[in-house]
Amino acid sequence: MSETLPLTGRARPDRSPHTLAEWRAVGGYASVERALQMTPVQLVDLVDAANLNGRGGAGFQAAKKWRFMPAVGTSPGIGTNYLIVNGDEMEPGAFKDRFLLEALPHQVVEGAIIAAYATHSRHAIILIRDDYRAGISAIRRAIAAAEAANLLGTNILGSGFNLHLRVHPSAGRYIVGEETALISALEGGRAIPRKRPPFPAQSGLWGRPTTVNNVETISLVPHIVAQGAQWFRALSRTEEGGTKLYGVSGMVNRPQLIEAPMGTTARELIDRAGGVSGTGVLRCFQPGGGATPFLEPADLDTPMDFGHMAKAHSMLGTGTLIVLDQGTCPVAVTARHMAFYARESCGWCTPCREGLPWAARILTALEDGTATPRDIDILRMTAAEAGPRGRTFCDLMGGAMGPLASLLSRFGDLVEAHLDGGCPIRRGLL
Amino acid sequence: MTLPEPLKSQILHAVAEDGGAKPAMLEALRLVQQAEGWVSDARLAQVADLLGVSTAELDSIATFYSLIFRKPVGQTVIMLCDGASCWMNGGDALRDALMDRLGIGYGQTTADGRYTLINSACVGGCDRAPALLIGPGRRLVGPLSPDGVAALLEGGL
Repeated sequence: MSETLPLTGRARPDRSPHTLAEWRAVGGYASVERALQMTPVQLVDLVDAANLNGRGGAGFQAAKKWRFMPAVGTSPGIGTNYLIVNGDEMEPGAFKDRFLLEALPHQVVEGAIIAAYATHSRHAIILIRDDYRAGISAIRRAIAAAEAANLLGTNILGSGFNLHLRVHPSAGRYIVGEETALISALEGGRAIPRKRPPFPAQSGLWGRPTTVNNVETISLVPHIVAQGAQWFRALSRTEEGGTKLYGVSGMVNRPQLIEAPMGTTARELIDRAGGVSGTGVLRCFQPGGGATPFLEPADLDTPMDFGHMAKAHSMLGTGTLIVLDQGTCPVAVTARHMAFYARESCGWCTPCREGLPWAARILTALEDGTATPRDIDILRMTAAEAGPRGRTFCDLMGGAMGPLASLLSRFGDLVEAHLDGGCPIRRGLL
Repeated sequence: MTLPEPLKSQILHAVAEDGGAKPAMLEALRLVQQAEGWVSDARLAQVADLLGVSTAELDSIATFYSLIFRKPVGQTVIMLCDGASCWMNGGDALRDALMDRLGIGYGQTTADGRYTLINSACVGGCDRAPALLIGPGRRLVGPLSPDGVAALLEGGL
C-alpha cells in the first residue's frame, strides 16, 4: 500500500479494476479483518482521531455522523440501521467518484463493510448514477466476489457480524445526491428532500437510523484502519486529515485528477495540471464544483481544505477545481451552472423552483445584451433572499446561489458592463 | 403483448432484493428500458399491475427520473455533456457538429431510428472535455472535436 497516496496508489493506469485475489495481494481486506476485531465504538474513535471530513461537499466530520448512530437495540422500533454510500456524482466539474468506483471497486466495498460495522448497520446500499455503468458493474462484481469469500453476508469471517450490501443504480436527476432526497428515492418515491430534523441518523431509510457517506469518504476508511489515525493526519498539511482526491478542469492544459495532501493550494494543483490554457492568465476559479463561490488569483496560495476555503468565503465542495482564464467570462459560466440547477431542482420549494429559472434567464439575457439594470437588482435580491440556509428544505438553492453571489460581489463591474451590448469579453473589449 | 417472461422474473427478483414493490419501482422501469429501449404506456400498466401499485404512482416515478424514457429512442443514445468545463473546451462547437450531422436537436431521434441526442448533466469526464456518453454502456468519449463526429458515428471512435 502506498504511504502517501492511499486512495489512488493502487489504481492501474488503464483504470481496470482488481479481482478479489489481486486486491488481497496488495493488502486488500486486511482492514476488514482488523476492524471486526475492534468494537464499533473503537472504530468511531479511530476515525475521529484521524479527523476525516466527509468528502461529498459539506465536509462534516465522518466520526461525528457515525457517533449519532444508535447501537443495536437502543433505538425505538425494530429493524436495522442503514449505511448508504453516495455515488450519485453529478456536480458540474466533479469527476472523482467515477474514478474510485471504476478503478478501485474493492476499496469502496472494503470501506463500506467497515463503515457499516461502525454504524451498527446490517444493510448497506451503494447508490450509483445510471451513467456510471462501468462503475456499477465493477462494484457489482466486487460485491459478488466479496460475498463468495464471506467478506459479506452472514457471520463475516467468523465475527458474528452480518451485512447485506447491494447496488442501487439511479436514473438521473442531480437532486438524488442530496442525502434525504436519496433516502426518498430508495424508498421508491420521487427524490424530494426532507425537512431536518429529524436527521437521517434519527430517522432515515424506512424510518431507521441511517448514515450517508460519499464514495471518497468510504474509500479512505480502510486506510485509516490499516495505518492509523496519526499517519492519516500526517498526510495532510492542515488540521483536516488525509489526502484529497482533487481534480482540475476547465481552462488548463492537462485537466486531471490529483491525489494530494489535504490543504494543497490551487496554485500547485493548477501547475500540476499544466497551467492555465487559453490566454494563459487566470481570471478566477471555483474550488470544488459548480456550487462553490468563485475565488480570484489572490486566493491561489490558500490551503484547499474545508476550513480555509470557508474562511476565504468559498467552499472546498468536491475539491474539483473549475478554472477560468481571462478569456472566459464568469457570467457565462454562472449562466450555464444556473441553467443546470434550474433544470435539476425537484420543484418542491418555491424559491428554488421559481428563483432558479428566473436567475438563469437573466444571466442569459446579460450574455445576449438584452438585460436591464433592474435585472441585476433582481439577481442581487435572489442571491440575498434565497442564499441563506433554511429558506428551502435542502441546499440545492443555497448552493446555486454561491457562485451567483460571488459573481455579483467580485465581478460587479463586469456584470454591469454586460448591459451595454452583451458580453464584453466575447466581443473582444476586455 | 404481455410482459415477457424473463422480464417478469427479473422484476420479481428486484422486488425481493429491494425489499418490496415500491422500492423496486425504479429498477422495474430500468429493466423494461434495458430490454426495450424505452417504457411504453402498455408496459407501464403491465409493470404497475405486476407490482401491485397504481399506474399513476409508477408514472410519477417514470416521469421524475430523467433517464427513464417514456417515448421511443434511437438504437444509440448520445448524451452530450452540458457542464461548464465542456463548454469552455468547445462544447458548443461539438453540439453544433452533432446536430448538423444528425439533423436533429436535443431530445430528438433521427428519422432512421439510429440515434437520439440528449443534453446531459456533467458526465464526470471533465478531464476529457468536451465529452459525451454513447450507447448502452454509456461509454465516455472525449475530448472530441467537431471533426471527430463523423468517425464517432461511423463507429471509428
